[in-house]
Order: sequence, then structure tokens, then C-alpha cells
Amino acid sequence: MRKLYSNKLTIILFILPALILFLVILVAPIFLSGYYSFFDWNGFGKKIFIGLENYKELLTSNSIGFIKALGNSLLLALLSVVVQLPLALGLALLLGKGRKGERGFLSIYFMPVLISTVVIGQLWLKIYNPSYGILNVVLRSLGLDSLARIWLDRKTALGATFVPILWQYVGYHMLLMYAGIKSVPIEYREAAMIDGAREGQVNRYIILPYIKPILKISTIFAVTGSLKSFDLIYVLTNGGPLHATEVPSTLMINMLFLRNRYGMGSTIALLLIIMCFAFALIIGRIFKDKED
Amino acid sequence: MKLSDIFQNRNKKSRPQGESSLKIGIKGKEVWVYIIFGIWALINLFPVYWMFTFSLKSNKEIFGENVAGLPKEWLWSNYVKAMNVGNIEKYFVNSVIVAIVTIVIVMLISLMATFALTRFIWKGRKQMNKFFMLGLTIPIHASIVPIYVTLSKLHLLNTYFALIIPYAAFSLAMGILVCTGFMQELPMDLDEAACIDGCGTWGIFFRIIVPLMKPAVATVSIYTFLQCWNELMFANIFVSDSAHKTLPVGVQALSGQYMTDWGPVGAALVLATFPTLIFYAFFSKKIQESFISGAIKG
Repeated sequence: MRKLYSNKLTIILFILPALILFLVILVAPIFLSGYYSFFDWNGFGKKIFIGLENYKELLTSNSIGFIKALGNSLLLALLSVVVQLPLALGLALLLGKGRKGERGFLSIYFMPVLISTVVIGQLWLKIYNPSYGILNVVLRSLGLDSLARIWLDRKTALGATFVPILWQYVGYHMLLMYAGIKSVPIEYREAAMIDGAREGQVNRYIILPYIKPILKISTIFAVTGSLKSFDLIYVLTNGGPLHATEVPSTLMINMLFLRNRYGMGSTIALLLIIMCFAFALIIGRIFKDKED
Repeated sequence: MKLSDIFQNRNKKSRPQGESSLKIGIKGKEVWVYIIFGIWALINLFPVYWMFTFSLKSNKEIFGENVAGLPKEWLWSNYVKAMNVGNIEKYFVNSVIVAIVTIVIVMLISLMATFALTRFIWKGRKQMNKFFMLGLTIPIHASIVPIYVTLSKLHLLNTYFALIIPYAAFSLAMGILVCTGFMQELPMDLDEAACIDGCGTWGIFFRIIVPLMKPAVATVSIYTFLQCWNELMFANIFVSDSAHKTLPVGVQALSGQYMTDWGPVGAALVLATFPTLIFYAFFSKKIQESFISGAIKG
């Protein structure tokens, strides 16, 4: 048996397909992107080495607007943390108390996560439609004509694209938190209740500390997800009008496939990855500090 | 904390929560909780309801006569238009093909890797496992340029292959994560018994281990399926001919084509969404579990 399970050749045969796929599609491209980021390259012609010029241009040029795009995605990250996650936590705490029908509500709240972002984007395009969209129709029928507007114009587009993004994933975070809350042994809660703790205190001192690993994961997902956000913005505005809703991902796609600047696109991709890892580490650190 | 089987476990060790002392709620407060539940449910359900109703209406109804009600005249012809003129039928088939082949590849490769990672004794297997787990956090962004350039050099853009391989690679970490959880639970006695009966490594793998991994296969398949079904960025870039487009890209193209005629667009949205939702209606627990185990390491 031991002999069977320490045969080097068999180990290699079993692990190799996964390793190759992983190295070729996930790992190597990171290094390749890093390499491309030092070049001025249109994808097929000759690569011209320009050192750190791409990075310099990206961080200083106003016409590219990377800083603005980054600011937008950081704003989205902030909103996810202060709006989406508390909403999800509140719902999860209310649902986790063993009320009648909690499973049904849970299933309804999780549903938007399963719907393709393209569908959600198209649907919200119709909701926001200035003439026939349900939002303006409702506002007009309530006599609030003055509030009805072109939602995806320069002034409100950013907010209008954030709403469906935040809306779609509340259910996802809620599900994770709900699962965590349900794993709190009921004896803990009962002991606290017998000691006279009120519901708010049970939540604060028993449940929240217990589900902290999940709060950490949710925060990391919310922040890195916001930095990477692409689908809904691409469908709703594609970064427009006049870059009002630009985020790094839409900027990257435009660089690559509208302007054929593969070096610059790679630079954006690499910076995005570095930021995602950095934020994941920082958030992990913040949660660890609180543990002590 | 093992969360993936939360729904089965939660009442085994403890008394059902409904009977516990936590249930001493004040009536008036309970009503408010249900009102909040109801409002949030409405916010989640209404867009889907609205999508379904306008997929069956004429522009005349959508644009004024009957904005939010059930259709007065059920226009199934919108669906015919979306399927035939809008090509949704083809995109649907493409999505199914891509998703199924991806699932088969992910399952086979991650089961094999997990077998080597959990059953075999070798130096560095822990590090290898950690290395694969990095895949859970790597964003797809860095892959776009290198894969696009490589695919175009190999003339593989606009093929199913161009989507299947990247999708499989990005689902691999999740596959290994879930399979490891399940495979570690299988006792080594099984392998030893099979070994004594004359099974080789491949025999143990295919005849003993794989048949016992059904719950893991279900979890990973559901997760992978939804990833493939809904993915936009790769699908949008690697495939541009309508013969290989998947649903998200197809729906996007169709709504550009039918700017002013909302009915067929609605029909396409419904066709892209309802298969998933109907499946969800029957297997909601399993689907939720697969998302939980994809997010939280055992």
C-alpha cells in the first residue's frame, strides 16, 4: 500500500494535467503581462521597449484618466463596505434567528447572484430608460416629474451603475454570513440569554466575534470585487458618458481593443492584480489585529 | 469551522431553534421584521417579474398602456423572434456545450490532482495544495492579453476551445478545494481493501474513489456551470463570430439589434435566466451550499 502510494511516476501523472493548466493559463500570463507592460506594443507588430513609461503615463496622464477610474472603483469598494455588507449582515442576523419562512426569504435574496450580469445590466438599462423605464414612469405617476431624469447621464451615471452592482451581491454576502450565524452553537446563545443578554448584545458579543472569519472573507470579496468590477458597467455605460463611470477594467478593455495598446492594457491588468492582493493582505491584517 | 454542510448539520446536535428560548419575541417587533423581509423580497423579485411580463408584451403595452401589470395579450411571438431572428437558440446551445465540456474537464483534472494531493505521500504536497489555492484569488484580468495573443497566433479565437480551457483553468482551484474536503473524509481502509483485492492505483481511483465523490462532483459542477453560463469578459473578447457566441454575449448583441422593440429583448433575457432559476427552485440548498464552499475553506 505504502509502496503503491509513493510511486513518483503515478504522482506526477495525476498532478500534471492540473499543474499544466494552472501554470499555462493562470500563472504564466501574470509574468507575461508584467513583461508586456514594459513595451509599447500594438499586439502584432514589433515590441518597443520603453521601460517604465507605461506606468508613468498611466499614473500622470489626465487624458487616460486612470486615476479617476481607480477613484471610481475605490468609491464602489467603499460603498460596498459601508452599504452592501451592513445590509447583508442585518438581513443575515434577522434571518438567522429561526423565524418562520427564513429559508424561503433566504432563497429569494440569493436569487440575483445567479442571474447573469448581462441580463441584470440589460434589465436595469430598461429600468433607467428615460422615456419608458419603470423608474421614471413610477416617479411621474407619483407626481414627482421633477425627479424623473436621464439616469445614465454624466451627473448620475456613476450612482446609477453602482445601484445594481450593490443590489446584486447583497444576497451573496448575506448567504455567507447566514451560514456562519447558523454554525454558532445554540448553547452559546442560550447561555447569554440566561445571563440576561438582550438580542442586540447576543449579536454583538456572541455572533459577530464567532463569524469574524466570514466577515473578513466578505470584506475581501467586496473590496477586490469592486476593484475588478467590469460586467455591469460594461453593459450599462461602458465607462461613459465622458469617462464618468470609467473603472480600471473598462479602461483596460478600451486600451486593448479600441486603441490596440497592449502594453498599456497589460500595465493596467498588472496594477489591478497587485492592488487586489495588497487589499486582501491589508484587510486580513486589519481583522487579525482586532482578534488580539 | 466547517460551513459547507451547514444546512444538514444545524439541528443535529442542538435542539431545533424554533423551540428554543430565543423564540420569546415581542409580537409587534416581529411584524416589523416581516415587513422588512417583505420589502427586500419585493426589491429582489420585482425586476425579474417585470422582465418576465415585458417579454410577453407589445411595445404599446410596455410603453404606456400597461407598464407593470400582467400582459393583456400574451405575445409568445416575442420568443419566436428572439430564438430565430435573434439567434438565441444557437447561443443557448453554445453555452450548454461550453459549460458541459468545461465541467467534465474540471472534474476529471481536479479529482486526479486531489487524489495525488490527499492519498499519496510525497514531499511538498502541502505547498502544492497551497499553490493551487492561490487560484481562488487570481483575477482573470492578467490572463486576457497573453491568452488572446496566444489564441490568435494559434488561430484558435472563435472556437469553443478558446473559452473552455480558460474557464476550466479558473475553476480548477475551486474544484480541488471542494474535492480535497470530501476526499480527506474517505477512510484509507477503502484503498487498502481494494489494494489487497488486487486493484492498482488507477483501479482504486476510478472504481473506489471517484464513485464516492458524487456530492463533491455535484457541488463543483453547479458552481462551474454558473461561472461559465454567466461569464462575460472572456466570452466577449475571445469569441466574436455568432457561431460560437455564448448567451451573455449573444444577449448583449441582440439588445443592440432590437433597440426599440423591447419584447424580443425581454424574451432573450428570460431565456438566458429562467433555466437557471427553475433549476434553483428545485435545488436551492445544493446551489447555496456550492457557493458557500466556494468561498470558505472548510
